[in-house]
Amino acid sequence: MTSHVDQPQSFLIRAFSVGRRPQVAFGLVIALFWLIVLTTVSIWAPYDPLEAVGTRLIAPSMTHLLGTDALGRDVFTRVLYGARESMPIAAAVIVCATVIGTLLGAVAGYAGGWVDAIVMRITDVVMAFPAILLAMAISAALGPGLRNGFIAILIVWWPIYARLVRGQVLSIKQREHVEAAISIGATRRRILQKHVMPMAITPVLVNATMDFGQVVLFLSSLSFLGLGALPPSPEWGSMITEGAKNFYQWWIAVGPGLAILTVVLGFNFLGDGLRDVLDPRSKGDK
Amino acid sequence: MSAPTSYWGSMFRFIARRLIIMPFLLFGIVTISFVISRFIPSDPLISIVGERQLNNPVVVLAAKQRWGLDKSMFGQYTSYMSNLAKGDLGISFRTKTPVVGDLIDRLPATFELAFTAMFFGTVGGVLLGVLAASRRNKIADHVSRLFALVGSSLPVFWLGLVLLYIFYARFGLMPGPGRLPPRVDAPNDITGFYLFDAILSGDFGLVWPIIQRLLLPAFALGWGLMGIISRLVRSSMLDELQADYVRTARAKGLTERVVFCKHALRNALLPVLTVLGFSIASLLTGAVLTETIFSWNGVGSYAVSATRSLDYPAINGVCILGGIVFLISNLITDVLYAYADPKIRLA
Repeated sequence: MTSHVDQPQSFLIRAFSVGRRPQVAFGLVIALFWLIVLTTVSIWAPYDPLEAVGTRLIAPSMTHLLGTDALGRDVFTRVLYGARESMPIAAAVIVCATVIGTLLGAVAGYAGGWVDAIVMRITDVVMAFPAILLAMAISAALGPGLRNGFIAILIVWWPIYARLVRGQVLSIKQREHVEAAISIGATRRRILQKHVMPMAITPVLVNATMDFGQVVLFLSSLSFLGLGALPPSPEWGSMITEGAKNFYQWWIAVGPGLAILTVVLGFNFLGDGLRDVLDPRSKGDK
Repeated sequence: MSAPTSYWGSMFRFIARRLIIMPFLLFGIVTISFVISRFIPSDPLISIVGERQLNNPVVVLAAKQRWGLDKSMFGQYTSYMSNLAKGDLGISFRTKTPVVGDLIDRLPATFELAFTAMFFGTVGGVLLGVLAASRRNKIADHVSRLFALVGSSLPVFWLGLVLLYIFYARFGLMPGPGRLPPRVDAPNDITGFYLFDAILSGDFGLVWPIIQRLLLPAFALGWGLMGIISRLVRSSMLDELQADYVRTARAKGLTERVVFCKHALRNALLPVLTVLGFSIASLLTGAVLTETIFSWNGVGSYAVSATRSLDYPAINGVCILGGIVFLISNLITDVLYAYADPKIRLA
């Protein structure tokens, strides 16, 4: 409900002013924190995530910030190492899903006709399943393990982007600047590349950022059910399973849960901020 | 809008168009389930007849014929489809009973949980949303925003675990997991919903324990929905409060309470309807994880046990059931959208 006219601002100035909002700043800090942990944890972590380093199931103390688990491994170290399990997989899922979804969605939306019909019916059928059940069935068929978890999540995730991009392309295709390009004889390929896709890509980037946390959450759900990561791996979802088995030792499950929460929240805020930077006309939460 | 007679006409056409697509989607769902089940690393025969019967040629031959396993992939597919058309999803490898029967037995438990969660989500979400709108940008608004954000970002299985630890293990305020107290028989099976069964069979002593055991899992499952609905109600309340009719109502000298509850809220609730259809699907998804934590004997925990033991007929059955529930809830969503927004109906 703002009434002032937006002044044209440079991208950097806008990014800077959006980045100073507390939520976006929080998202940035969270993302940076996990990125640093992910890349450097093996250098400074005091313990090994897979080796027993103390007595089994001891409560949190100064030497073991989150205690030890049923095999005597340091839980805090494992939570930090968990980032190395989930986040690369989530990034791979997001990259592959956006690439596949964007290509298919763009072609479907721009070509129309039977190409569109085929791509959209495939997305309809994949999205007709509850995602978790389809992913469970696929990863059960392929066998557990992070690689198969990745394949299962990718299969249920790409249609979201295909639909999103198709919708964007369909609406942008109708605009005057595309009409103008057609009238001066630009090729279909050039129109799609230069006049349609640059506009269609913004919501994809925003959604991809927000979805990053959701994929981490989804992967942890699969691992929690015993389908994603395999036991010795410090993946957050499977650590919560270990926590459920040692129900009275609360410290085993608390850390991984909070880790997932921060990643989901952080990337959600980051996506919000990114939308406001890329598309100044969007109105945030009133 | 045109005359009221065409309202039902257009609504009817809209629903009919949606109904026509459904068999095709169902066909796709069933086909994909079949394809996935053919990827099983182990011999499907083992999961049908069991390892011990594998040396019994009579049993093996019968199973091969029934499932068309001696035929080509296409032949297998057609016999799978014809079994399905007869309502036969096969025998569960794990429970040794027909999958259809297993699913029917467990569906009420899942629905009981999902509907209670939906009740929490809707009532709590509307209350929070109205509170946030009336205290816009004050502390209550910020707290409700945080509450909504956290609710939709938490892993539901972790939340369930934490709730159980705090309320059951630590402070003993709530009973442990499960639908019934230990060593207590279920009430007579009339509807499958324990709460209704207890009331219908006059077993009133069981009513409170059953409700108590529903509270934690339903809250864990419903928190996300509560967050979504509270944000939606807040923003649509704020829109409505800007409307002319609200200004008129205020100008007439009505109290703020009447303006809020009688005028603005009534219109602000319309968008909530559209979320409910969509929420059925997401609640059933969440139920898979919630049921596992709360030892809830529903379809979700059945699916989890099935995947753990590579029980393919059962996994297939749950996928197809999930697809059907999804189709129905999408239809409900579309209809509610069309009801709320005439532009969609005519498109």
